Amino acid sequence: MHTFEFVRPADTVKAVAAAGQAKTAQQGADIRFLAGGTTLIDLMKLNVETPSQLLDINRLPLDKIEATADGGLKIGATARNSDLAHHPTVQRDYAVLSQAILAGASVQLRNMATTAGNLLQRTRCVYFRDTAMPCNKREPGSGCPAITGANRTLAILGTSEHCIATNPSDMCVAMAALEATIHIVGPKGTRAVPIADFHLLPGNTPQRETVLEPGDLITHVTLPPPVAGSKQLYLKLRDRASYEFALASAAVVVTVAGGKITRARVAMGGVGTKPWRSTEAEAALVGQAANTANYRKAAEVALRDAKPQSQNKYKIELAKRCLTHAFTTAVTG
Amino acid sequence: MNDDSQSDVVNPTRRVFLRNTGTTAAAVFIGVSGAPQLNLTLTAEAATEENAVGANIDGAVPITLRINGKDHQLRIDPRTTLLDCIRETVTLTGTKKGCDHGQCGACTVHVNGRRVNSCLSLALMHDGEEITTIEGLGTPDAMHPMQAAFVAHDGYQCGYCTSGQIMSAVALLKEPCGPDDAAVKECMSGNICRCGAYANIIAAIQKVRHNA
Repeated sequence: MHTFEFVRPADTVKAVAAAGQAKTAQQGADIRFLAGGTTLIDLMKLNVETPSQLLDINRLPLDKIEATADGGLKIGATARNSDLAHHPTVQRDYAVLSQAILAGASVQLRNMATTAGNLLQRTRCVYFRDTAMPCNKREPGSGCPAITGANRTLAILGTSEHCIATNPSDMCVAMAALEATIHIVGPKGTRAVPIADFHLLPGNTPQRETVLEPGDLITHVTLPPPVAGSKQLYLKLRDRASYEFALASAAVVVTVAGGKITRARVAMGGVGTKPWRSTEAEAALVGQAANTANYRKAAEVALRDAKPQSQNKYKIELAKRCLTHAFTTAVTG
Repeated sequence: MNDDSQSDVVNPTRRVFLRNTGTTAAAVFIGVSGAPQLNLTLTAEAATEENAVGANIDGAVPITLRINGKDHQLRIDPRTTLLDCIRETVTLTGTKKGCDHGQCGACTVHVNGRRVNSCLSLALMHDGEEITTIEGLGTPDAMHPMQAAFVAHDGYQCGYCTSGQIMSAVALLKEPCGPDDAAVKECMSGNICRCGAYANIIAAIQKVRHNA
């Protein structure tokens, strides 16, 4: 691990001012906010992340979970994953989010990991984590050995010729289906970004994973008011039954009336370079009868543009079945 | 036969013994090349003081860590993880280092009553917080019920993961966890046992839960 200066800013204004001195935005930056540390310290041990300064934001008042005036929910940046998953409002109104968080990591990690940290969680691609190997995300222009190498767990949607790394988050998949909004305070003021626009596709700049600019601090996430009568489910498929990243997962929020689907939100994990919302699959479902054949049709639409690599073609069918099964289970129980 | 009188004479921990042995070996090497005679007593005292406050190395920063109800005034490199600080600086070696990357759970301790992976946390993040290690749960003569249950149910083989398993199991008692074995398995999935003592670990935990 490289040496660094450990600083605890007194408030968010000082935190943003300090982080604004960074050359690049949060992920991979020389000045980094430190929250739970479960990704950052792990990667610092591997010398994948080498910040010269850590800004400890754990004691800033950013950990509240509270109702918003419009009937939605405001989730603080440093609210721990376990607190969020077990919050009574989340369990009652946003069950898919609770399920997704509890499907990820372990109790210990969820007790540490935060909302904002989970939003910025980095890929588990083995080449990214190994500084002996080239990686365009870690060292832009060095190449992507995953494309011809070990890619069984990597992405089939949103890839580029420069990067096929999977976004590993479960929480973000549920937030995509719930249409969360990310609230940011930065050197230029505050702004709100829909989660669909927060993560970037790798394109030819895979080192840039989000829209965050130097100094930008996520302060909280908001969820819109729950959709009355909606059924929700997070289904995660993986190599072992617990404590493992998704090979494919699905978050569905669906409303059925008179046997027909009136509203659907669909997002997938484990298959995309970002939390993968499929508005095409949603559109394919609305107005259709709520049955397995139509769920499967929507799954075909969701995976239409999938581009498999040498070892992960199986993910296409796996993701389709995951999505189909998630809808079936959510609607019929 | 009572061995207390003998063990009271010199009762070095394995850690201090090894450290001093290493120092002695180095000093002997210097001695051979013409250095002054070594003084074992002084060497031992220096090592003890070093243990108490941490090495006075370049860039070290002061911190007070509260572990098992006792405050420790320390000087540590900012890179020191909570795990390394507990083991190497405070020399509470019951907490184990397994993978050192949050994948095995051997390093599990409680911070403010909640279980965490101490390997993925910097010690500097935890000043003023209540840290509990396996040494804070019980003693060989007065074991925590979970420790006693692990003994009774043979919840280990090699024992390396055991302190992490027990720290997780004790935390689990206050967490939302369903009543059946499947729920316990899910709640304990962050603790890997390479020997595969899982069935006995589950039995130990369920015994304590049923007695509670």
